[in-house]
Amino acid sequence: MGDESAANARDGVAVRLRGLRKTFGEVVAVDSVDLDIADGEFLTLLGPSGSGKTTVLRMIAGFELPTAGLIELDGTDVSTLPPFQRDVNTVFQDYALFPHLTVQENVEYGLKVKGVGKQDRRTRATQALASVQLEGYGNRKPNEMSGGQRQRVALARALVNRPKVLLLDEPLGALDLKLREQMQVELKAIQRDVGITFIFVTHDQEEALTMSDRIAVFNAGRIEQVGSPADVYERPSTEFVAGFVGTSNLLRDETARKVLGAQGVYSIRPEKISIAEPAAEPAMHEHHVDGTVAEVIYVGDATRYVVDIDPGGRLVALSQNATASSSQVLEKRGERVRLIWDRAYEYKVHD
Amino acid sequence: MSALATEPMTSPPSGGSSSGSAFLYRHPRLRLTGLLTAPMLWLGVLYLGSLAIMLVAAFWSTDEFTGQLIKQPTLKNFHTLLTGQVYWVVALRTLGIAVAVTVIDMILAVPIAFTAAKVVKSRGLRYALVIAVTMPLWAGYLVKGYAMETMFINNGVIDWMLAPLGLKGPGLGIPATIFSLAYLWLPYMILPIYAGLERLPDSLIEASSDLGASAGKTFRGVILPMIVPSLIAGSIFTFSLTLGDYIMVKIVGGTTQMFANIIYDNVGVANNLPLAAAAAVFPITVIVIYLLAVRRSGALDNL
Repeated sequence: MGDESAANARDGVAVRLRGLRKTFGEVVAVDSVDLDIADGEFLTLLGPSGSGKTTVLRMIAGFELPTAGLIELDGTDVSTLPPFQRDVNTVFQDYALFPHLTVQENVEYGLKVKGVGKQDRRTRATQALASVQLEGYGNRKPNEMSGGQRQRVALARALVNRPKVLLLDEPLGALDLKLREQMQVELKAIQRDVGITFIFVTHDQEEALTMSDRIAVFNAGRIEQVGSPADVYERPSTEFVAGFVGTSNLLRDETARKVLGAQGVYSIRPEKISIAEPAAEPAMHEHHVDGTVAEVIYVGDATRYVVDIDPGGRLVALSQNATASSSQVLEKRGERVRLIWDRAYEYKVHD
Repeated sequence: MSALATEPMTSPPSGGSSSGSAFLYRHPRLRLTGLLTAPMLWLGVLYLGSLAIMLVAAFWSTDEFTGQLIKQPTLKNFHTLLTGQVYWVVALRTLGIAVAVTVIDMILAVPIAFTAAKVVKSRGLRYALVIAVTMPLWAGYLVKGYAMETMFINNGVIDWMLAPLGLKGPGLGIPATIFSLAYLWLPYMILPIYAGLERLPDSLIEASSDLGASAGKTFRGVILPMIVPSLIAGSIFTFSLTLGDYIMVKIVGGTTQMFANIIYDNVGVANNLPLAAAAAVFPITVIVIYLLAVRRSGALDNL
């Protein structure tokens, strides 16, 4: 809620994680995570399955107790509090709607257990259902609704409690692509409206880039990089981030020395690379490498060219299909080409 | 493609057994007949047949002097049962014992089943627990009965355990019967509840807690309503098994009689099979009424 003076008193940090660690027997699921999540922020925990992102979310919710470290909510240490004493709510991957209750009763549940009066409960639940475009669905049972509708009920059930922080555990995972894209836009709009801090877990890099104010990229229980979508995408700080967010397009070791004249591992995003005739002259601020087109992948709005470059290795170049037809682009397979890009788009990454 | 399509269907070139199953594959009706003939004969002739004969026999009577069966339809047996005060007393006592046994088993079974289904994380330990629960079923009924007798009998194990506290056990009688039957039927209550809880997604319990409900509120608001069908299934076992039991009460019940004793004594000592058959209608009626009440309550609508 927009209590700004209170928020300022705590530096506007909604959630603070310090040295957070979780082990299951021998397995280290989360290894010393430090993260500050600002009030009203849409933060995404992005990573492959088993990277620890869901475990971090579950520790913030209180479903798992940390092995070590600190979780602060709004300036208060909640590390060992049970879930029902934390001012956060969760939207579950499987929605976790109560099948024996109606939609209305589901949304009222949180208010009811906190002792909110019947009339007030009813009004707020009805409002919450309206805010997710589900007016008039109150008397249905969850199993009478579609996946997208259940998703919205789950959202309303969490938001009606006006939590400090909303936790979303891959909530769009079970929806088909169209509905998913629609819900991404809606979720973002709802978050802007209510001004609640959203912590969103996903393994889908496109979803993360689309929705987030900031992204924390997880790998093997650690955070590899935290930054805005553009930071993470354009300036990946590690090889893992370069590979996981977007297409891995790396020049390393010997190849980097030959092409760029520099040591280390460099990332160049496919859409920054243009495909040119073998004789084309690059400008002063550009680098180039020659190669042979190994694969042409037509994806409708764009075409991906996988090029075996002469110094060894592969690069992927993405070009928009402004005029080309699919038969034209497919003929490029086996052709000699020169790949050209602006030096400004080369980023040195850590192993 | 077209050449393949126009080729005539030929039976697969293989041995007798596989062409037999191919034949069955093409004749679903025959397949069903093969599948169900034996079990249907069993159900129809032995299971329902015996039940039907019993119900018919309930309307027969015996000659009071010779003890011979008189196969004339009469309501005499039911009249005897409904007007005899002793039958009412025994029937109500039996119902009371059945209710007590069911309640005790529910109270004991829910935490055990919850531990096995939701608390224990290791699969191996979970299966070990479930097997442990069924272990009393491996021992003979009479053995367990007499084991219970040594527990409850005067100066038995329970008296000996309570002696330091200056207390004495209930001895043989109705309480001993209730505890013994609750012990006997406990696995039949645990297993359906365990199955119900195992199907209950963990996320529902987490969601309830996440929305602010303490453990107690989560149990009443989410877990209990979701396992009502399991509780009903378990209670049908404990209820009907208790209504039909006459051995345990003979071992640990002292002079107490339960309704099944009436049936047993009429078959054996009194040699009045028709009266026994009429008496057997009582437990059937109770269970039917219970099931109808459950259906009316809508407790199973969420299945």
